[in-house]
Amino acid sequence: METLFACCIGFLTACGVFLMLRGRTFPVVLGLTMLSYAVNLFLFSSGRLTLRGAAVLGTTEQYADPLPQALVLTAIVIGFAMTAFLVILAIRARADLGNDHVDGKLPESELSKKESR
Amino acid sequence: MTLMWILLLPLLGTLVPLLAAKWNRSACALATALPPAIALMLVLLHTEQVLSGETVRFFLSWIPLLGLDISIRLDGLAYLFSLLILGIGLLIILYARYYLSERDSMPRFYAYLMLFMTAMLGIVLSGNLLQLWMFWELTSISSFLLISFWWHKAEARRGARMALTVTGAGGLALLAAFLLIGQVVGSYDLDVVLASTDVILQHSWYPVLLVLFLLGCFTKSAQFPFHFWLPNAMAAPTPVSAYLHSATMVKAGIFLLARFYPALSGTELWFILVSLTGLATLLIGAYLALFKHDLKGLLAYSTISHLGLITLLFGMGTDLAAVAGVFHIINHATFKASLFMAAGIIDHESGSRDMRKLNGLWQFMPITATLAMVAAAAMAGVPLLNGFLSKEMFFAETLHQHLLGSLSWVIPVLATVAAIFSVAYSMRFIHDVFFNGQPKGLTKTPHEPPRYMRVPVEVLVALCILVGIFPAYLIGDLLHAASASVLGGVVPEYSLAIWHGVNLPLMMSILALAGGTLIYVNRKHLFDFQNSLPDVDALNSFEGGVKSLIARCDQFYQWLDNGSLQRYMVLVLLAFIVLAGMPLLELDTLWGGRDELPIDAVNATGAAMLLIAAFATVVWHRKRVVALLMISVVGLMVSIAFTRFSAPDLALTQLSVEVVTVILLMLALFFLPHKTPKQSEAPRVVRDISIASMVGVLVGSLSYALMTRPLSSISEFFLANAKTGGGGTNVVNVILVDFRGFDTMGEIAVLGIASLGIFKLLTRIPVFKPSSDGEGRPWATERHSLLLSTVSQSLLPLAIMVSVYIFFRGHNLPGGGFIAGLITAVAIILQYIAQGVDWVKERMNVEYQRVVAIGLLIALFTGVASWAFGKPFLTSWFDYFDIPLLGEIELASAIAFDLGVYITVVGSTLLILASLGKMTTSHRPVHKDTI
Repeated sequence: METLFACCIGFLTACGVFLMLRGRTFPVVLGLTMLSYAVNLFLFSSGRLTLRGAAVLGTTEQYADPLPQALVLTAIVIGFAMTAFLVILAIRARADLGNDHVDGKLPESELSKKESR
Repeated sequence: MTLMWILLLPLLGTLVPLLAAKWNRSACALATALPPAIALMLVLLHTEQVLSGETVRFFLSWIPLLGLDISIRLDGLAYLFSLLILGIGLLIILYARYYLSERDSMPRFYAYLMLFMTAMLGIVLSGNLLQLWMFWELTSISSFLLISFWWHKAEARRGARMALTVTGAGGLALLAAFLLIGQVVGSYDLDVVLASTDVILQHSWYPVLLVLFLLGCFTKSAQFPFHFWLPNAMAAPTPVSAYLHSATMVKAGIFLLARFYPALSGTELWFILVSLTGLATLLIGAYLALFKHDLKGLLAYSTISHLGLITLLFGMGTDLAAVAGVFHIINHATFKASLFMAAGIIDHESGSRDMRKLNGLWQFMPITATLAMVAAAAMAGVPLLNGFLSKEMFFAETLHQHLLGSLSWVIPVLATVAAIFSVAYSMRFIHDVFFNGQPKGLTKTPHEPPRYMRVPVEVLVALCILVGIFPAYLIGDLLHAASASVLGGVVPEYSLAIWHGVNLPLMMSILALAGGTLIYVNRKHLFDFQNSLPDVDALNSFEGGVKSLIARCDQFYQWLDNGSLQRYMVLVLLAFIVLAGMPLLELDTLWGGRDELPIDAVNATGAAMLLIAAFATVVWHRKRVVALLMISVVGLMVSIAFTRFSAPDLALTQLSVEVVTVILLMLALFFLPHKTPKQSEAPRVVRDISIASMVGVLVGSLSYALMTRPLSSISEFFLANAKTGGGGTNVVNVILVDFRGFDTMGEIAVLGIASLGIFKLLTRIPVFKPSSDGEGRPWATERHSLLLSTVSQSLLPLAIMVSVYIFFRGHNLPGGGFIAGLITAVAIILQYIAQGVDWVKERMNVEYQRVVAIGLLIALFTGVASWAFGKPFLTSWFDYFDIPLLGEIELASAIAFDLGVYITVVGSTLLILASLGKMTTSHRPVHKDTI
C-alpha cells in the first residue's frame, strides 16, 4: 500500500509541477492546487498509514498519529486561502494588463505572431 | 577606566565644535582642542607603565557569545601611535584655525576631524579584532567626509569617492581576514591571537587569510598597485592631507602590519608579498614624485614611497628591520606633517601650489622657507636630522637580508636608487620653490603666514632636529617599548648613534645625496623623457573601471532576473532537485524496514481514479472547464484517501474545501479565458516534463522512504493527555484548539489576511464584462433556476443545523470549527448561486470583513482570558455539569476558541466568494432575449 501511496504522491507532484511551469495563470493555479494535494498527502503520510484507527479515544485499539492530521487540516484551509488569493491576483492581472500570462506580458514570439495575422 | 576616556573624549569632542560654533574662531578652535589635550594627558599618565613593558587593559563584556567585547589595550605600539595621533592632531587643530577661510564651515571641519581622530585612536587601542575593524571602517568613512570637505569641487568629490571605494573594499577583505583568524584561533581577543602564532601559521587557511589581511593593509596604506587613491585625495584641505597622509590614515595599514607582525609574519609568503610590494611602492613613489608640479602631489608620491619603505622593512623579517620600521614611522610622521603644513602655508600665502609658478619664495617668506628646507632635508636623509638615522638603519638592513637568495644584492641597489630619487625630489621641493629665479604669474604677493600658523611647523621641525641629534636620549625608551610590542617582547641590540664609522650604509647615503643632486641638476632630460610617455589619468581609468563593472553586474542581473516566472520556477525546481537528490544518492536503500499494508480493491480503485484524473487534468489543461472538473475528481479521491487512512477530520475538511474551491475556480473562469492557447514549443514541453518527472520521482521516493521507516512521534503525549488535559476525545481537534492553539490562532489570522487581501484586490478593479463565453456562446438566458432556488432555500436551515451539530461534537468526534465553518459557508454560497447576490443582500446584509474581525477577536480574547486566571496565553479550562433533562454536559473554554475559528472561516470564505461573485452578477450583461 505504501508503494502505491508514494506513487500517487509522486505522480500528483509531477502533474502539479508540470502545470505550474505553464505560461498562463489558470493552469498555474490548477498546478498549485494539485501540488497542495500532493503536499498534504505527503505530510499526512509522515504519520504513517493506518487503517481503521481514527484518533478518537475509545473507538479503537491502535490510533493513527493525530499530529500530522492536525497540521494538514489547517494546511488544507490555508491552502484554499492561498489558491483563492492567487486566483484573484490572476483576475486582477488580466483586468489590469489585458492578458493572462504569468509574466504580465505576452512573450515576444507570440506578439509577433499576432501582428503578422 | 581612564583608558576608556582616551577614546570617549575625542568622540565627545565631535560635538564640542558644533556647540562652540557661535563663539569666535579662536575660541572654537581652543574648545575643540580641549578634549584631545586631556586625552593626550591621560595617555601620558600611563607613560611609566608602558615604557617598563607593561600592557594596560580595560575590558567590558558586551556580547560574549559572539566574541564581541569592548576591549582597550595600551601597549608600546599603541602608546606611540596615540601620541602621534593626539599630538599631531592638536597641531593640526591649531593650524586649521588659520588655514580655513571665513567661508569654510569651521565647526563642521573640526567635527569631522575629531571623528576621524576617534576612529584612529580606536584602531590603535583596540584589544578585540571586531572592534578594531569597526574603527577601521570608521576611518574610511570619516576620511571620506574630510577629503570631500570642499564638496563643491568635483575633484574633491571624485577623490573622496575613490579613496572610500578603495579603502572600503580593503576593509571588507580585512573583515574576512579577521573572521578567518577568529575561526582559526577561536577568539577575537587580540592577546589570544598574538599568542597563537603557531596555530595560525600552520593552519591550511593561512595563505588565504594572509592575502586578505594584506589587501586590507595595502589598500589603506596606498601600496602599489592600490597607491593611486592617495594623490587624488590631495583635493582635501591641506590640514587634512597633513593629518591623514603623514601620521594617521595611511599609517593605519602600517600599524596593522606591525600589530600582527608577531602573529602572521615569519613565513616565506609574508616575506615575498610584503617586501616585494614595499619595494615596488618605494621605487614607483620616489620616481613619480620628482615629476609632480603640484607641491602636494610631490608630497603625496613621496608619502607613498616612504610607506613602501616601511612596508619593505616589515617584510624583511629581521627583528632589527622591524625596529627600523617603527623608527621610520615616527620620523616620517614628523617631517611629512611639517612639509604638508609648509606646503599649505605656501599655497595659502601665495595662491598657488604649482612649482612652475612658485620660484624664489625665499625672499618673501624666509622663516617658512628655512623650516621647509630642514624638513625636506630630513626627508632626503641628510645627516643630523631624524630621517637620516632611520634611513641608515634601512640601508643596513637591506644589506643583511637574504630574501631573493643569490639575487638579494638587488635590494640594496634598488633601495639606493629610490633614495637617489628621494634626494632629487626633496631638492626640487627646496630649490624650485624657494630659489630658482622669481615667481611667475602669481595672483598675489607671497608673504609670511600669521605667527601661530607657523607654530605647528616649528614644533615638528624642532623635533626633526632634536631627534636627529639626540636620538637615544629623546625617543630611545619609546622606540624600545614600541618595538617590544611589535616583536613580542624581545628587542634586539641596536644603536641609535649618529656616527657608526665609515661603513657601507654611510656610503649608500653619500651615494644617494650625490646621485640625487646630479639627477636634479640634469632633471630637464628626465622631464623630457617622462613627458614623452603616455599620460595615464588614474581617476578617469578608475572611474571608468567602476562604471564598466557596474554595467557588467547590471547585465548579469538583467540576464538572471529577466522577469519570467517560468524561468524562476525552473531555477528553483532545479535547485530542489539537486538539494533533495544529493542525500537520496547517499542512501543505500529506500525501504526503511517497516512492513507494508496489503492493497485492497477499494484502495486500488481509488488510486487508479486519482492517477487517471490527475493525468486527464494535465492532458486537457488547455480546455479549462474540463481540467477543472478533472481536478475536482482528484480532490475527491484525496478526501476518500483521508477517510480510508483513519483521518475523518481531514476527509470532511478536504471535501468541503473542495466544494468551495471548485465554485471559486468556476467563478474565476468567468473573468479568465476559457481556453489556454497553445504556446509552448515541443522542446519546452520536453524540458518541463523532465523536470516535473524528476521532482515527482524525488518526492515519491522521499515519501516512500519516510513511510517505511519506524515511527517515533511526540503524539503519544497528545493521545495520553487529550481527555485528561484537554477534555476531549477527538485528539485532532484537541490538538487544534488546545495543545497547538497558538498555531491555529496564527493560521486563522493568515486566512483572515488572505481574504482581506482579496477584498482589497477586487475593489476598483477595471470593469470587465464578457458577454459570452470563449466560443461566442451567450450566457444562459435563465438567470436563476427555479428548481435550485427552491431546493436551496429548504436546504439552508438543514445545512446550518448540521454545521452546528458538527461544531459541537467536534471536541469528541470528527468535526470542529474549521469543518463546521466550511459547511456553513457552502450553504450560504448555495443561496448566492441559486438566488443571486441582490436577493441574499436584501435578507442578510453583513459585511464579511467584520465577521472575520469578530472571529479573530473571539479567538484572541479566549486566549487572553486565561491571563485573568494567572495562566499562560490560551490555557484551556473545562468542567462537567449535571443539568436536568440534558444529563452531564461538558463545558470547555476551548469551545469558545473553536467558535472564533468557526466565525473566521465562515467570514473569510464568504468574503472571498461573495466579493468575486458580486462582480459577476452586478456587471453581468443582461441578454436582449430575456427582456
